[in-house]
Amino acid sequence: MHQLLTWIVEPGFLASAPVRTAALIGGIVAVVSAIAGVFTVMRGQSFAGHALGDVAAAGGSGALLIGLTPLTGFLGLGIIGAGTMDLIGVQRVRGRDLATGIVLGAAIGLTALFLYLDTTASATTGATQQVLFGSIFTTTSTTIPVITAFSLLATGVIAVIWRPLLLATVSPDIAAARGVPVRLVGVAYLVTLAIAVALSSLTIGAILSTALLIGPAATALRLTRRTGTALLAACVTGVAATWAGILLAYDSYYWGAAREGLPVSFFIVAVIFTAYLLAGCRKAARPRDAAPADDAARDQAAA
Amino acid sequence: MTDPARTRARAAAALDVAGVSVALSGRQILDDVSFTIGPGQFTGLIGPNGAGKTTLLRVILGLQRPAAGTVTVDGQPRSRRDPSVGYVPQKVLLDPDMPMRARDLVALGIDGHRFGVAVRSRARRQAVAEMLDAVGASRFADARAGLLSGGEQQRVLIAQALISRPRLLLLDEPLANLDIRSGQEIVSLLARITREQQVAVLLSAHEMNPLLPVMDRVVYLAAGRAASGSADEVITGEVLSRLYGYHVDVLHVHGRILVVAGPGSTGDRALAGRDVLEAG
Repeated sequence: MHQLLTWIVEPGFLASAPVRTAALIGGIVAVVSAIAGVFTVMRGQSFAGHALGDVAAAGGSGALLIGLTPLTGFLGLGIIGAGTMDLIGVQRVRGRDLATGIVLGAAIGLTALFLYLDTTASATTGATQQVLFGSIFTTTSTTIPVITAFSLLATGVIAVIWRPLLLATVSPDIAAARGVPVRLVGVAYLVTLAIAVALSSLTIGAILSTALLIGPAATALRLTRRTGTALLAACVTGVAATWAGILLAYDSYYWGAAREGLPVSFFIVAVIFTAYLLAGCRKAARPRDAAPADDAARDQAAA
Repeated sequence: MTDPARTRARAAAALDVAGVSVALSGRQILDDVSFTIGPGQFTGLIGPNGAGKTTLLRVILGLQRPAAGTVTVDGQPRSRRDPSVGYVPQKVLLDPDMPMRARDLVALGIDGHRFGVAVRSRARRQAVAEMLDAVGASRFADARAGLLSGGEQQRVLIAQALISRPRLLLLDEPLANLDIRSGQEIVSLLARITREQQVAVLLSAHEMNPLLPVMDRVVYLAAGRAASGSADEVITGEVLSRLYGYHVDVLHVHGRILVVAGPGSTGDRALAGRDVLEAG
């Protein structure tokens, strides 16, 4: 038994301070991403989520250029990007693809420029890897308060706008007729999405933030019919995938003779993808959950 | 407007629309539309596509500000956040992947506009279950809303709109995407609901025949102008010709009504061979 455990968990894993910090930060970020992700999938705004990842990449690489931390850039430009997308019409179904595409294209262009300048001008060769694919093992514990604060802000906003956001997701028309400030609720959600994407850009990278946002949510949607349960399932999937990814990345150091650890982002994304496929198998095995209706008789009799 | 008899009638009415005009980007959509709906009356809002039906419903809901005119619901000037009006919009596309059961959707009709997370209670569950039963949706209450058929989704959306106990229920083309049988079921359901719950129904449709057996009143809308009254009063060649602005004939065929553009009318050219304005 002990041998099996040492085989799964290589020695020193739990004692390692970077591992513990990574597990804590990764766990918090996975929860925020999962919560934002469930609404992103329900609202059909996955593309917008990915675009915000690209905006965050531009922010992170730009921040490094002027001597700020990438997290500052991820958050700053992410939130500005969310506002811009709302202004040019991401709330309207027709304007959505257009707004997202324009912002995404501009962001990738800026990222290309900033990363080039980062790596040539200031000789920080790690910038590309750090911004695009994350830095969960090198993030210091001093950033934990900032990450916690933004996570609480994001989950708090979702809790406040929970019902109007659901109603507006079902039908903006019904929500507007009931007096919901549909656009304001939409912007509040977009800012939450930007925060989630910025935080996961820090852990698994701006490019891969989409995986942590969409993957656990999409997995959860295959498992349950209830919104609250879906939220919980997405959080569990996201946190489990993050922790499993950290463990596998740590272990991978001992796999080859070269003693080179493989990137943690790869493992997290691989676990999420596997979970999504497994959830699909379970869904296929289950019969259709809707029963046919025939309540016409009573109405016909009454008419 | 200041006539006391008229004021009393408005106070008693479930809905009073007086002189409503709307122009959108320079085009006149509604032109001096006036009509009244009594409590518990089933009214069909009939008219061809583009006649302004959706715009009129949006004005009644307070989502569209009219250039002129007033809307009074239950004796009160219309304002948003008014729970006395229920609404089933056109084309609600429920995503099949959305993790939301039919009963969750109905529950949003109680307090979906409130901020914060819902507090679960026995009374809330009970109210949802009763409403689902009233619209004949109990059997699929636990199914994903997005996986239901068009007719089933309409029942759930009607329950969602009725659970706040409105005095007036507005439905925008609820029969548009349903097969004939499902459409008849929804019409029968609404006719029963109006009686049982004492709610006035205003239902828009481009086809009046499925509604003929249940309609108390007709509001006919064409080219932004409206005529209202009983079906016999409104669906006549004379009245409809005045609305359309060219000669139309009203034909009665086996208990169904066809509105046809007449010979030599300007409508012939406008309709270019599609001379049946409305068929059943």
